[in-house]
Amino acid sequence: MELILTLFIPLAGAIILLFVNHEKHNFIKYFTLSVSLLTFIVSLFLLSKFDFNNTNFQFLTEAIWIERLNAGFRIGVDGISILLVMLTTFITPITILSSFSAIEKRNKEYYFLLLLLQFAMTGVFVALDLFLFYIFWELVLIPMYFIIGLWGGKNRIYSAVKFFIYTVVGSLFMLVAIIWLGLYVGGNILHLPGGFTSNFMQIRDVLSQNPIPFDIEKWLFLAFALSFCIKVPLFPLHTWLPDAHTEAPTPGSVILAGILLKLGTYGLIRFNIELLPHSAYFFAPYISILAVIGIIYGALVSAVQTDVKRLVAFSSVSHLGFVVLGIFSITVEGMQGAIIQMVNHGLSTGMLFLAVGILYERRHTREIAEYGGIARVMPAFSVFFGIAMLASVGLPGLNGFVGEFLCLLGAFKSPVLNSYLFTIFGATGVIFAAVYLLTMFQKVVFGPITNPHNHSLKDLNKREWAYLVPIVIFIVWIGVYPKFFLNYSEKTVKSVVSKVHTQSLGNTSTLNNLNLLKNIESNLGAKK
Amino acid sequence: MAEYVFLIPLFPLVGFLVLGLFGKYLKKESIIGLIGNLTVFLSFVFSFLIFLELVQNPIEEPHIVTLFPWISTGELHIDIAYQVDQLSILFALIVTGVGFLIHLYSVGYMHNDRSFYRFFAYMNLFIFMMLNLVLASSFLLTFLGWEGVGLCSYLLIGFWYDRKFEGVRIEWTGEAGNKAFIVNRIGDFGFLIAIFLLFVNFQTLNYTQLNQIFANSYSNLYNSGLIWAITLLLFLGCTGKSAQIPLAVWLPDAMAGPTPVSALIHAATMVTSGIFLIARNATLFALAPTTLTVVAVIGTFTAFFAATIGITQNDIKKVLAYSTVSQLGFMFSALGVGAFVAGVFHVMTHAFFKGLLFLAAGSVIHGMNEEQNIKRMGGLRNYMPKTYLTFFVATLAIAGIPFFSGFFSKDEILWKVFDSGKIWLWVILAVSAFFTAFYMFRLLNLVFFGKERFDMHHIHPHESPKIMTIPLQILAFLSAFGGFLGIPYALGAWLGPNCNLIEHWLEPVFADAQKVMVLNASYAAGLSHQIHFEEYLLMIISILIALVGIFLANKFYSDPEWSIPKKLATGFNSLYRTLFNKYYLDEFYFYVIVDPLLFLSNKILWKFFDSKIIDGIVNGSATVTVKVSELLRRIQTGFVQNYALLMFGGIVAIFIWLLFVI
Repeated sequence: MELILTLFIPLAGAIILLFVNHEKHNFIKYFTLSVSLLTFIVSLFLLSKFDFNNTNFQFLTEAIWIERLNAGFRIGVDGISILLVMLTTFITPITILSSFSAIEKRNKEYYFLLLLLQFAMTGVFVALDLFLFYIFWELVLIPMYFIIGLWGGKNRIYSAVKFFIYTVVGSLFMLVAIIWLGLYVGGNILHLPGGFTSNFMQIRDVLSQNPIPFDIEKWLFLAFALSFCIKVPLFPLHTWLPDAHTEAPTPGSVILAGILLKLGTYGLIRFNIELLPHSAYFFAPYISILAVIGIIYGALVSAVQTDVKRLVAFSSVSHLGFVVLGIFSITVEGMQGAIIQMVNHGLSTGMLFLAVGILYERRHTREIAEYGGIARVMPAFSVFFGIAMLASVGLPGLNGFVGEFLCLLGAFKSPVLNSYLFTIFGATGVIFAAVYLLTMFQKVVFGPITNPHNHSLKDLNKREWAYLVPIVIFIVWIGVYPKFFLNYSEKTVKSVVSKVHTQSLGNTSTLNNLNLLKNIESNLGAKK
Repeated sequence: MAEYVFLIPLFPLVGFLVLGLFGKYLKKESIIGLIGNLTVFLSFVFSFLIFLELVQNPIEEPHIVTLFPWISTGELHIDIAYQVDQLSILFALIVTGVGFLIHLYSVGYMHNDRSFYRFFAYMNLFIFMMLNLVLASSFLLTFLGWEGVGLCSYLLIGFWYDRKFEGVRIEWTGEAGNKAFIVNRIGDFGFLIAIFLLFVNFQTLNYTQLNQIFANSYSNLYNSGLIWAITLLLFLGCTGKSAQIPLAVWLPDAMAGPTPVSALIHAATMVTSGIFLIARNATLFALAPTTLTVVAVIGTFTAFFAATIGITQNDIKKVLAYSTVSQLGFMFSALGVGAFVAGVFHVMTHAFFKGLLFLAAGSVIHGMNEEQNIKRMGGLRNYMPKTYLTFFVATLAIAGIPFFSGFFSKDEILWKVFDSGKIWLWVILAVSAFFTAFYMFRLLNLVFFGKERFDMHHIHPHESPKIMTIPLQILAFLSAFGGFLGIPYALGAWLGPNCNLIEHWLEPVFADAQKVMVLNASYAAGLSHQIHFEEYLLMIISILIALVGIFLANKFYSDPEWSIPKKLATGFNSLYRTLFNKYYLDEFYFYVIVDPLLFLSNKILWKFFDSKIIDGIVNGSATVTVKVSELLRRIQTGFVQNYALLMFGGIVAIFIWLLFVI
């Protein structure tokens, strides 16, 4: 029940908003805020009832829609999705609070879309039906497209269209893969009357016994991976991101960075790793190479940006590289690191975007050169901005370090990647992160005030305090006592990783690349 | 008592939180100063109590106090846990003791600063992080402190963030802070990879467990590639934090911060963390003779490199900064020849005299209205006698005048390096010691003696208040007499076998390392409690070297015209320019690494690859789609006849295909 409520309260709120007079601006704002806060509170109950010793899906709900296709409304959460659901319910009220000043026109439509977006994003994380997953996946696009296209900056139309088409191209491949999977499992193996199934758990269990021929599995893997990697975004599929981030209004950027990108990394774990383990083994080194390139590339390009928002956007490419590297290390440490890093990135990069938004609202420019000496006039703001910056840099004691460390450690010990080079190159990203973030911070916050416009800037107001403080609490909490968060996913990740290893190593006949496998086995043997 | 070790870092943490969160509302400097000082003082008291306990009941194995799990997933289990042993407590005493004196001094120095509370909050945070670094029971917690002190250093260098600071491509103090943090990060990269290697190969990051593994299976690990890689990577971390070649470039620019910060962070404590890390893992480093040689060579060359720069600098703090780099080089040379005790001993004496030198320099700057150029000082001994006297004591100590603290520790290093058979290193170190004596007495002459070279109408030098001079006097006492804690056997044999108190104290810590070091033939020769004739000879030589340095400095700079140094500077102009510009190391890094990287990122990666190639393909495919659609649109004429014609053609085509192809 808690899960259904968490999913549907935002939708219900969105529908109610449709019937509200669009001139009641304050009512719309506070109503939306209450809806999202209520969702957050309900999700806390969800969290408290979640049993992290249970590696199965919990809070299962099932309702068949199309019997012939065995497609239905199936939802549930496990250790991998629970923290991401919580991240969604936590970030949304914050973005709504930040929207109060960032959004100045068409309030009703905006808040309607925002709640719809929350519904769709939560849906992606909890859907246990491929059909349903696809619907939610595409549904996410629509509100985001309008949020960028209607409330964005100067170049918003180009960015919105680019964002939309990029993602749709990817998801079409995913659709083909979903149909193929449904037909294969429902028809060829289970011989269901409709010849099709989209039940995730069913497909997963069947595939663990009857692996797909490797030649075909590879193509399925690529189809899913393309779709998810565009969303992440993985180098070189990232070019929609800087445009979308830069042009989106502040709350849009926060949601993009905070939650939307995680749909991709979540999908990689849920589908590419869990359903297609052999190919995951096969492709892990290649994807990891792209991840490492992304870490370095994103950081280097970040370092030469003059637009502070674009700088933070490119930093996302770098940070998400760590997540992908952690996932495809296929180790407990790496995948745990990836999950906690998804949360971390949502908090710290989300907060960086909020900070940039706070500046933007006061000065209406994103050019780094326009600022300088902000610490003098906005001391409280500078502290928050600094904390977000340091969390992003990966300073131990704050959240970013825990995630990056675990991702890199996982890649280092990974029998699948089987090379220290991934981590060695990936870890240079830690150096570059300091370069671009500190330099930006220096130029914006420190130094003297050179631009007379900056003399009269007002420090944070109460509303801004209200949405920054909770993020800082979590940044410190995860940094100092990450065990609380790691516990939720620990058991599930362990079982996923061990399943992937046993399946991939148990069915050697299906693997074409025997050499690789032998490598892995000898490594595992050597480690024991 | 040892189980309360967690209180040592806890007090400064509380201080940081209280001052950081509520400091703005505490209007009075006295209250802020009291909180900031009390927390560090309490830490010192607890360190001292634990120290006393250890004196009474010496322990062979470290005492571990676990607080709560930190990062724990999969096979990785790291706790927030502190380790009490002779080494960690010694460092805790130095950090909190010297740290407290510097806090006390800062109350006077920072008087009337608009961010008085922020300063003490950062300083408390620094002490907290430094205590984590030295009290940690595992590599990862040390790494937390390691990066944490880097953060505090960054915050404090840029403390006066809207002040100018001159450096190579540095204009503002904050940029100097950036440089420090980023250069340190390069070292931290090495540290991090070393941690991964340790964990993957030994499944633990706890010092005690690792030490046991190293001590038990040293015959397998000795001189192995793995150990070589780990130690070298850790040493890369050390070169960052302790400002050695090739990462020494940040420390001189770190002088942009308030002077107490330079004293605490960039002289007495933080920069010695590299020494601590190697001392903490002495057994590990003992297993890697090749790395130790690298450490010794780098240390020696850094000692020389920085000392030669020191003789040309005109900023009082820069001279001291290069002196610090040089002295750290001495410490690394000691570690590199396996003289771990000598290295740690020099950390301690250096903390006394270098802390003092910086604080005294701060007192001078304070009394001179922020003037830092020694060419515009002179004759100050009449204006600030206490500062002068304490500065003089510290100068004697660092120059190595007998029975001052630096004499004992530096001499032990020189002797150990000589004894290890690395004569060339000894020669370079001895020359560096000469330069040390020279630049210190040059400084002393230019600042305190001779004629006043400043504008007497505008600057009225005055002695600093008591709250600043009392710490100076305490440190002067320690600089003068601290050396007696480590009397070499050659001089103190008549006192008994344990005349070298610090060596005796650290014996259990380095016992395993000694066991391993014996494998190294050249080291084995140097062990034993025998008195060597050479030791006395070397002692006399190094005293003479110091005296010559002092004599020359006095001769050069007591002459008000500075005719000899001026002649030398013009006669060897290119050499002088090279030294004055720090061997152009900064410029080298900018031209060879930073600029090409920025060019690559900006022109090639971003503006070409990102915008032209990837987006070219993306937008290109969109354009192609539009163009193709425009072509196809022509078929959609809207005339039914055309459609019927096409339909007819299609049907004919299908028929032909059915008839002839199938």
